Amino acid sequence: MAEVLLTAAVQGAELRLAGAGAWVAHNARQLEAEIEEAARRYRAAGRVAIDMGRVERLDTFGAWLLERLVRGLAARGAAAEIVGLKEEHRALIEVVHAVSAERVRAPRGGRLAEALAAIGASIAAVGGYVGNFVAMLGAFMAALARLAVHPRAFRFTATVHQLDNVAWRAVPIILLITFLIGCIVAQQGIFHFRKFGAEIYVVDMVGILVLREIGVLIVSIMVAGRSGSAYTAELGTMKMREEIDALRTMGFEPIEVLVVPRIVALVIGVPILTFLGSMAALYGGGLVAWLYGGIAPDIFLSRLREAITLETFEVGMIKAPFMALVIGVVACVAGLNVKGSAESLGLQTTASVVESIFLVIVLDGLFAIFFASIGM
Amino acid sequence: MATDGHGEVVIAVRGLTVGFGDHIVLDAVDLDVYRGEVLGFVGGSGAGKSVLLRTIIGLLPRRAGTVRVFGVDPVAADQATRRAVERRWGVLFQQGALFSSLTVRENLQFPVRENLRLSPRLMDELAVAKLQMVGLDASVLDKFPSELSGGMTKRVALARALALDPEIVFLDEPTSGLDPIGAADFDALIATLQRTLGLTVFMVTHDLDSLYTVCDRIAVLADRKVIATGTMASMLASDHPWLRAYFHGKRSRAAASAPAPPTVVQE
Ligand SMILES: Nc1ncnc2c1ncn2[C@@H]1O[C@H](COP(=O)(O)OP(=O)(O)O)[C@@H](O)[C@H]1O
Ligand SMILES: [Mg+2]
Repeated sequence: MAEVLLTAAVQGAELRLAGAGAWVAHNARQLEAEIEEAARRYRAAGRVAIDMGRVERLDTFGAWLLERLVRGLAARGAAAEIVGLKEEHRALIEVVHAVSAERVRAPRGGRLAEALAAIGASIAAVGGYVGNFVAMLGAFMAALARLAVHPRAFRFTATVHQLDNVAWRAVPIILLITFLIGCIVAQQGIFHFRKFGAEIYVVDMVGILVLREIGVLIVSIMVAGRSGSAYTAELGTMKMREEIDALRTMGFEPIEVLVVPRIVALVIGVPILTFLGSMAALYGGGLVAWLYGGIAPDIFLSRLREAITLETFEVGMIKAPFMALVIGVVACVAGLNVKGSAESLGLQTTASVVESIFLVIVLDGLFAIFFASIGM
Repeated sequence: MATDGHGEVVIAVRGLTVGFGDHIVLDAVDLDVYRGEVLGFVGGSGAGKSVLLRTIIGLLPRRAGTVRVFGVDPVAADQATRRAVERRWGVLFQQGALFSSLTVRENLQFPVRENLRLSPRLMDELAVAKLQMVGLDASVLDKFPSELSGGMTKRVALARALALDPEIVFLDEPTSGLDPIGAADFDALIATLQRTLGLTVFMVTHDLDSLYTVCDRIAVLADRKVIATGTMASMLASDHPWLRAYFHGKRSRAAASAPAPPTVVQE
């Protein structure tokens, strides 16, 4: 930094600027400042000679700054001349001289306009989103109908592969989480019911809560986070690399090849996981009831048999495939919505998880109303 | 290998062995690259050309051997030295590797912004200048990489590789995926930039036309080794079976009989 890159001297009517040292990238900041300073101080100069003889190294940065200085002088009507240019620097100066580089600023709208546009865009996005969801659901159903007519076109291997990913490999984590939830619910129940001497009712609470609501909800939320995000990322990456276009040009229907096996795997897998998860939660609840609440397992079981009916269990299980459908459709819509960039992939994956969890909870509410009205 | 009047060695590879598991890709490879030359690096598909390139720039670990760039081993050096060496080279990856969530402008300014603290005005002007040097114009500045054609992507990636005015550029199959005219333009572009910026170019290529028109020297990778280095003339004269098959095959004769004029400057 200590080195001076440009010195100025006035000789009669002529201004002599003498360059020195390395006019290269890492000095560009200093060089720009020195050049602007000189141009400002000697604004009145009518003739300028720029001596490049002592410039040891020159790269595009230095060459452009020189070119910019010359253009600036010419624009004010001063006669500028470059002298003493080294032979090896000439080619670069010529290339840069041919450049038209006016500054093109990055486009930028007004703050208010931008904010309003953002609001408008997000409203349109919600509308578009509902449209996409319905379209995907329709495409999926249509593909299923086609497959019902031509069952041999169904991708059995792909479906089994997805089933392995979303169901079989998810079993340990699902069992662990639902087991813990069962324990916690039972512990809280016992703790509070004990005040009324009504510990035994914890069995009713755990049984009904787990079988009707918690089992299917926890499993759906886990699956949305675990498999929904994976679906979106997989399809999105395939979209980015034009693999989906490639499929289409080979005469395959991406919905049949990619979407149907994934959603079918979820629709089969989530009820199984819900069943396993509910059992694990009941087991956890029973264990805590025994160890913490002193309710022996045989008492727990006989009480459970009175507290729940087949209907309680059915309510939970009926919901499971619908939850799976919502998660699968949301994930596939988001995946196919990915545009070219890595950022868009990230956004869509986030959107996929957030939206499917949201919809799962909304759907659960709707089911609660529905079952209440039919008396289940 | 002798220095035989070529001048300073900027990349020196000695006894380099690279493998994945028990698959040895490069076995005790030696290679020198001299300042200011365009080295064409050829070899069959899957021979390990990209692996050598990636090992030189320190992206892949090596089993044995040394790599020196500007006399420093980038992997063994401390971080500051390594960063200093990295600033002196630019890399054009096979797929371009533009940052997909940044515009062309931001892609070009990214290395500059991180390394030099320049005024926004200067950075904007230089982005346009670099784009024009690679034969594009300011209209692509605010496009995203997904909106560019294959040839444009390569050019923008080259402009980004040149963003800091490096001394060495590594090009991995720069003309693959371009049509013959686009490829010839790109070759001419590399030749022009090499002359004006005094670059040293390490170019992995399959393109015989590129070898004829822009490369000063050629190195051939086969059987996990660099089996020959030398000028195009010496490659054609050699009677090594692999070299004969490569340089005297059907496609090579077409390239040899109609060599493009060596100093085309286009766009
Ligand atoms: N990351 C990797 N892991 C395992 N094998 C690899 C990896 N990268 C390359 N290879 C293998 O090294 C060999 C050389 O690959 P590459 O250098 O890409 O070939 P090319 O000469 O066509 O550029 C190939 O056999 C490839 O399978
Ligand atoms: Mg390769």
